[in-house]
Amino acid sequence: MRVHVNGGRSFGPVRQAAVLAVAAASVIGLSACSSGGGSSGGNASGSVKGATVTIYGPDTGTEATELEASWSAWAKQQGITIQYTGDKNFTANIATKIQANSLPDIGMFPQPGLLSAAVQTGKVKELDSATATSVKNNFSTDWQGYVTSGGKLYATPMDASVKGYIWYSPADFKKWGVSVPTTYDQLLQLTSTIRQKTGQPPWCAGFNSGDASGWPGADQLAELVLADSGPSVYDAWVKGTTKFTDPAIGSAFDTLGKTLLNPQYVNAGFGDVKSINSTAFGDVATPLASGKCALTNQATFLEASFATVKTAAGNTPKVAPDGDIWAFPQPGPTAGKNAVVGGGDFAAAFDANAATQKVMQYLSSAEWANSLIAVPNASFISANKGLDATKEQDALLASAIKILQDPATVFRFGADDAMPNVVETAFWTGMVDWINGKSTSAVQAQIQAAWPAG
Amino acid sequence: MSAFFSWLAGLPPLAQIPVVIVAFGIVMVLVVFFIEVAPRSGRGYSIMRLCVAIGVPLAVLLILGIEAGAFWVLIIAAILGGGLFWLDYRARGGSGYVIQLFAFLSPALLLLLIGLVYPAVQTFVNAFRSNDGTHFVGLDNFVWVFSGGSTGLIAFINTIVWVIIAPVFATGIGLLYAVFVDRSRGEKVLKVFIFMPVAISLVGASIIFKFFFDYTQDPQIGLLNQVVEWFGGTPVAWLQNYPLNMVMLIIILIWTQTGFAMVLLSSAIKGVPTEQVEAAELDGTNAWQRFWNVTVPGIRPTIIVVWITISIVSLKVYDIIAATTGGQNDSTVLGYEMVKQFEILPPQAGHSAALALLIFILVTPFIWYNARNLKRQREE
Repeated sequence: MRVHVNGGRSFGPVRQAAVLAVAAASVIGLSACSSGGGSSGGNASGSVKGATVTIYGPDTGTEATELEASWSAWAKQQGITIQYTGDKNFTANIATKIQANSLPDIGMFPQPGLLSAAVQTGKVKELDSATATSVKNNFSTDWQGYVTSGGKLYATPMDASVKGYIWYSPADFKKWGVSVPTTYDQLLQLTSTIRQKTGQPPWCAGFNSGDASGWPGADQLAELVLADSGPSVYDAWVKGTTKFTDPAIGSAFDTLGKTLLNPQYVNAGFGDVKSINSTAFGDVATPLASGKCALTNQATFLEASFATVKTAAGNTPKVAPDGDIWAFPQPGPTAGKNAVVGGGDFAAAFDANAATQKVMQYLSSAEWANSLIAVPNASFISANKGLDATKEQDALLASAIKILQDPATVFRFGADDAMPNVVETAFWTGMVDWINGKSTSAVQAQIQAAWPAG
Repeated sequence: MSAFFSWLAGLPPLAQIPVVIVAFGIVMVLVVFFIEVAPRSGRGYSIMRLCVAIGVPLAVLLILGIEAGAFWVLIIAAILGGGLFWLDYRARGGSGYVIQLFAFLSPALLLLLIGLVYPAVQTFVNAFRSNDGTHFVGLDNFVWVFSGGSTGLIAFINTIVWVIIAPVFATGIGLLYAVFVDRSRGEKVLKVFIFMPVAISLVGASIIFKFFFDYTQDPQIGLLNQVVEWFGGTPVAWLQNYPLNMVMLIIILIWTQTGFAMVLLSSAIKGVPTEQVEAAELDGTNAWQRFWNVTVPGIRPTIIVVWITISIVSLKVYDIIAATTGGQNDSTVLGYEMVKQFEILPPQAGHSAALALLIFILVTPFIWYNARNLKRQREE
């Protein structure tokens, strides 16, 4: 697929060196071929003892460790070896893997849009009947919708996260004599109050995430669209019938700009407005813990970042309603909001051997969801209906599970994740450009142009 | 092979280094043996060659662990290896020389067809087809590249800037350095210092510079911003703002290419006849005039080769962008965008192929000029 141009450097007739290089390259090439070993799934008769199932997903580091811990006991009991490979660049690399047919048994997709694009390639296997039944029993119709294509189920939801939490320091709030706002206008009011009291920007934000830079901005825009324009406009926007150039989206940009584009209000602990793009999304935990930054908007998983930072006094911050760090759901235009934007991962199988199907069944079960939150210091939650919320050790995650399980909650997946992959990447880039000072209308037109024709 | 890599991965990181070096050494020794020792004439060596012709496919088979098809592969390998050996043996007396020539060229030709010619033709076709490859769309993909606001246009403009700036500086600095250290004390050491970056992969160099350019508020971990602070300035976001980020990334390429330019130009300078230089000196020229009027014309062909080589390297840049900015903030170039368009689902194959074709079109004049330059050199 690439036109290969060889910049031939000749240092004179160094034949041996050339042959050596070719030989070395061929040896390296051979080794690359040999490492792509397929898995040995059990045979159709159902004996899965000794089989290996490979899972490829986007989570690395502590999150990967938590995932491995969540299924290790079950896998041992079944005699299945589950090999998990985490890759920060999953989104880009899974596309290449699908085209090259070098596939894992199970892929862990962080976006429904990417999942449906993968299903379109025909490489994803439909769920077997047992897993399909289990998904139907354990997940709400919203969640089933994310894994359905042409009336058939292709994946099972795994973990979930709730976005749109405003992280703050309860102790500082007490010191300034301010309270948690209940409407978005009050939040803006609070922002200017803190600015007056401290003389420092209250908000910090980080959009940097390697190839996916910009996604935190896309999430925040989606939260405002859902809160201000409601779920029907939101769904139309995700489908593409409401365009990015629509005034509803424009007003969400303007609302977001009131905080993120105002040099008086950001970027606490980092620099000017543009420094939002150079700040890694998890790094906002540092100024928040040390007290330099008063407010930041991020999903439940930000909590994991507080384990590695220090407060001004040099201790690890305590995440509790009366501790060093706590969070409240971003308020809507009126008090008593019940619309949340969330995220999650979906497991899809690329082959249909018995061992893979068994693992898929397990991942869709309430048993696995409960095992996931039982992992010590777990940062994951799940939208599985069979999840026992009382088992959750962490107060913040317990409140997020309550939101997920509340039938009155309007839950919507992050718009960028639900849109086609091509639009999503343009959306992220657009948010980065917007922070860099590109006009809102130009950014809106630029993202809209990425929608595939027809 | 994969068992060996699994075992290697289980070792502590520091223990892996010697193992890799030893394994690489063994492979090298074998290769040298095949190239240097095995081709000698004599009955013993002929038997050795026969063993190699059959043994290497066998070893590859064991390494890859394709036991299932081993029987067939063995038979084919024996027939092919034996056949080539027989042709080689027969051609000793000069008979069947042409057959031997083509028989030995055929594997390489076949691989060239599969690996280079076929993909190039396929890419050319894809550039005029829709992204999903179903129908012809004429020049639509190129319209996409050059339409305002698309990443393709930014990538194209940036690539042109890269190709203009990087070779000028890399060749210029390399030439000046070569002239200054020429016949000075400690010339070798001074040359090694500037040649070192050539040995570093572009990804490695990019990661080094990524830390070097790092931008945070406080405390700084990036050396460059720390220096700025020492001089009382405020830290600069080197990689966030266009076009500053492009300049900073081009510096990485210049840093890795200057040593290469310096080594080639230095050896060319040493090839300029001393009589010419001395004659110019007797005519009362100063050092500057001698450099411009004697040395530079004498090494002109080498300058062109170096220039073109670095231009082609800058056209193909992918790794620097991938390891630093990921194409964000308008820092993308054709090579990176070409891969990126193929890394989304569904892959934008048409856009990607159009970008690849553009790179090819941009490279062609350089190749043509280089070939003309070489031809002229031979005629002189």
